[in-house]
Amino acid sequence: MAKKELIKLKINGKEREAAAEPRLLLVHFIREALGLTGTHVGCDTSNCGACTVIMNGKTVKSCTVFAVQADGAEVMTVEGLLQNGALHPLQEGFKEEHGLQCGFCTPGMLMSTYALLQKNPQPSEEQIRWGISGNLCRCTGYQNIVKAVQFASKKMAQGGK
Amino acid sequence: MQKTSAEISGMGHSMKRKEDSRFIQGKGNYVDDVNLPGMVYGHMVRSPYAHARLKSINTDAAKKVPGVLAIITGEDLAKANLAWMPTLSNDKQMVLATGKVLFQAQEVAFVVAEDRYAAADAAELVEVEYEELPVLVDPHKAMDADAPLLREDRTEKNNHIFHWEVGDKAATDKAFKEAAVVSKVNALSPRCHPAPLETCGCVADFNKATEKLTVWLTSQAPHVHRTVFALVGGIPEQNIRIISPDIGGGFGNKVPVYPGYVCAVVASLTLGLPVKWIETRSENLQSTGFARDYHMTAEIAADKEGKVKALRVKTLADHGAFNAAAQPTKFPAGLFSICTGSYEFPQSFCEVDGVYTNKAPGGIAYRCSFRVTEAAYLIERAMDVLADDLKMDPVELRKKNFVPAAKFPYKSPLGWTYDSGDYHAAMKLALDTIGYDALLKEQAEKRKKGELMGIGISSFTEIVGAGPAHTFDILGIKMFDSAEIRIHPTGKAICRMGTKSQGQGHETTYAQIVAQELGIPAKDVQVEEGDTDTAPYGLGTYASRSTPTSGAATAMAARKIKEKARKIAAFLLEVSEQDLEWEPGKFFVKGAPSKAKTIQEIAFAAYTNIPPGLEAGLEAVDYYDPPNLTFPFGTYIAVVDIDKGTGEIKVRRFVAVDDCGNIINPMIVEGQIHGGLTEGFAIAFMQEIGYDESGNVQGGTFMDYLIPTAVETPHWETGKTTTPSPHHPFGAKGIGESPNVGSPAAFVNAVVDALSHLGVKHIDMPITPWKVWNILKEKGITG
Ligand code: FES
Ligand code: FES
Repeated sequence: MAKKELIKLKINGKEREAAAEPRLLLVHFIREALGLTGTHVGCDTSNCGACTVIMNGKTVKSCTVFAVQADGAEVMTVEGLLQNGALHPLQEGFKEEHGLQCGFCTPGMLMSTYALLQKNPQPSEEQIRWGISGNLCRCTGYQNIVKAVQFASKKMAQGGK
Repeated sequence: MQKTSAEISGMGHSMKRKEDSRFIQGKGNYVDDVNLPGMVYGHMVRSPYAHARLKSINTDAAKKVPGVLAIITGEDLAKANLAWMPTLSNDKQMVLATGKVLFQAQEVAFVVAEDRYAAADAAELVEVEYEELPVLVDPHKAMDADAPLLREDRTEKNNHIFHWEVGDKAATDKAFKEAAVVSKVNALSPRCHPAPLETCGCVADFNKATEKLTVWLTSQAPHVHRTVFALVGGIPEQNIRIISPDIGGGFGNKVPVYPGYVCAVVASLTLGLPVKWIETRSENLQSTGFARDYHMTAEIAADKEGKVKALRVKTLADHGAFNAAAQPTKFPAGLFSICTGSYEFPQSFCEVDGVYTNKAPGGIAYRCSFRVTEAAYLIERAMDVLADDLKMDPVELRKKNFVPAAKFPYKSPLGWTYDSGDYHAAMKLALDTIGYDALLKEQAEKRKKGELMGIGISSFTEIVGAGPAHTFDILGIKMFDSAEIRIHPTGKAICRMGTKSQGQGHETTYAQIVAQELGIPAKDVQVEEGDTDTAPYGLGTYASRSTPTSGAATAMAARKIKEKARKIAAFLLEVSEQDLEWEPGKFFVKGAPSKAKTIQEIAFAAYTNIPPGLEAGLEAVDYYDPPNLTFPFGTYIAVVDIDKGTGEIKVRRFVAVDDCGNIINPMIVEGQIHGGLTEGFAIAFMQEIGYDESGNVQGGTFMDYLIPTAVETPHWETGKTTTPSPHHPFGAKGIGESPNVGSPAAFVNAVVDALSHLGVKHIDMPITPWKVWNILKEKGITG
């Protein structure tokens, strides 16, 4: 086992630190060292996107990033979406439009669509579909996820953010 | 059925899901989220060979890895008589290999270490010496005289698992001899995998002080799993607690017991520590519960006008190295004999042979009520081939042969009694929605211009909701299911069921059933499943059986409560029970509606003002044994365009008209349909767990086994007709699987239709652009 390094990062607005082997994946660091289990693991080939988090403003698949690479970074996970105790419009949208079933892909979906709406507040259906094309869902068939994002986009435009 | 207010949200309301709040906040509790003090991790060592003699296992180097606590091999398990375990199909399966391995990725040793990286490191260092044996991949060669013998443990020295047949062979053969037209298709339902987004796994925690074993398990059938652990492991059943936490999709993958679970339990018993084992995606695809692999032939005898006379089906089932299907005991080929589908066949005969090959074990029911998907695909494909042979419109052919609505309950020649149906109505709605006549015109014009467009129809009938108990059992346990409802003094409720949601929304839909029956707002009804220490015994969730069985049990338990509530109301209102009338949420005195007691007031009285002679409390339990199965149905229509240059297929439109009887929550039903259609789409166009000649798995990761993304996935259009089940307490039938059962044929029929004028009669799934391009090349359509 290689020597552990101390990793410090800002996650969901909070400074956190923990030791990690150089090869530790960010997703394991987040889930196990920091105890934030909302971020999931669905594959071992970087295909599924269940592990998606936002690192320094960009979505990353946290199974494909080492924890050491996140040293000093700002990271957001699904646990950081709640705003002053209120649901984010995207969270509301997923619930209102039945955008989830088993919920396993949902945290990753929320992160990808959060980043999408930051960049493009009014995406077309096609842009939404491309925006979540790195996130697999086995349950919903995506149609209601598209609707959930449209719901959030509308609500945010009305100042609901 | 009386519709309740939105406040109560009984049946028919698109109530938002109660379970969502935790999932959208990252607060679900899936098995890998379970974290216990002192927990250690297991990792499996797997065979690189498909068939090989196990010469030796050397664990010396692996044991030296810091943090390694134990390495378990098949020999170790054999000492405790645990090297083999029973499957849910009356076969047995190796937990860890002894003597030889029978498929690539088979479990050979289990390494336990303090963290998951150390466990994986050590697994790499376990040295296993193999001697390769001849490999059997092709099921068609399994019965050849020179085929290698795979299962040396059996008394039968061949690779044949079972022969199963049903129907009148002589009468069917006679009908074929006399028939004016005989049509035939060989259709493969390829090996595929349910691949829920969460893989399988467990945390086993044996407490040496209390001798209690608690296992958090991704289980669709926690009670059955507890019994299996008790019978196989010899642990007293009261000392086993299975907790099936939030499950990230199941689709049949999480019904069987897997070697990893057993190894984690053994490791925890040995070490006295909690042991976590979570399979990787590749392990999931390569070793656990594959589905299908049915090599089918269907022949239809018909007259010249297209009236069908008989159906003859012969099938070879590839079960891999162990028959590890989860299957009702008397049905080795599941409910495949639903293969006469929606059509009135006077005669039919169906036979299935199961064989072993050097592939991963299984044959599980992937989003399907035991081989129903295979059956629906076959008959819907065969009807199209017959239509093509007769030069008849496939819609006309189907309409001509539908079991008419007036003939239900309908007894099929293969022994089922269909509860209810109106096939013409579903077909008509689907045709009207898609605009069939206009599409036919468009297709004719396109053909003139050399463009390729196809329309595919599938008018399937499903069979779901096993029991009844007199016919169905798994390992002897009858296929009933259960519900327990307790009303608290303040009129709120908790219910527990023997089933287990994996995303279907039970916490919402069961609450809605209680709301419908008792008038307690669904939001006040808490639903809990999956903990064998608290929930009543049940067979679990698969085969679209939750609504037909536990849903029914919920209604029956609620009705028992209502009977007691009536007695309490009569006492409170000082009238006789016969003078009371019910409306959702209250009993009132006939003709004096202001004299009423709400269910909440009654609940309070059940604990505070108990009528003389009545027990305190307000609760009931029901074990429901359905009198029959239910038979959902529908018509699906796909429209595809094919790119002549690349063979690429675009699904332009897809209309799904489903009839699942009375609906509890329309929003959830629609969600199930979207999801099932997407899985059917993937099966038709993208997915296959293939094997090369040496038995190397070709679809063992998400790079090779494709899951459609939002970009490829078509836009789904849904519609419904409603034909209630006459025997179900609230007329429901079950929906989860219909879209997966009905859609593959619609897709394939559409592609074949697009190419039928070129003489194409059939293409096996998955229909990839490469396959189509090769056909186009062969037909000289593309260069
Ligand atoms: S876990 Fe699948 S992409 Fe990261
Ligand atoms: S909701 Fe189950 S994987 Fe998306």
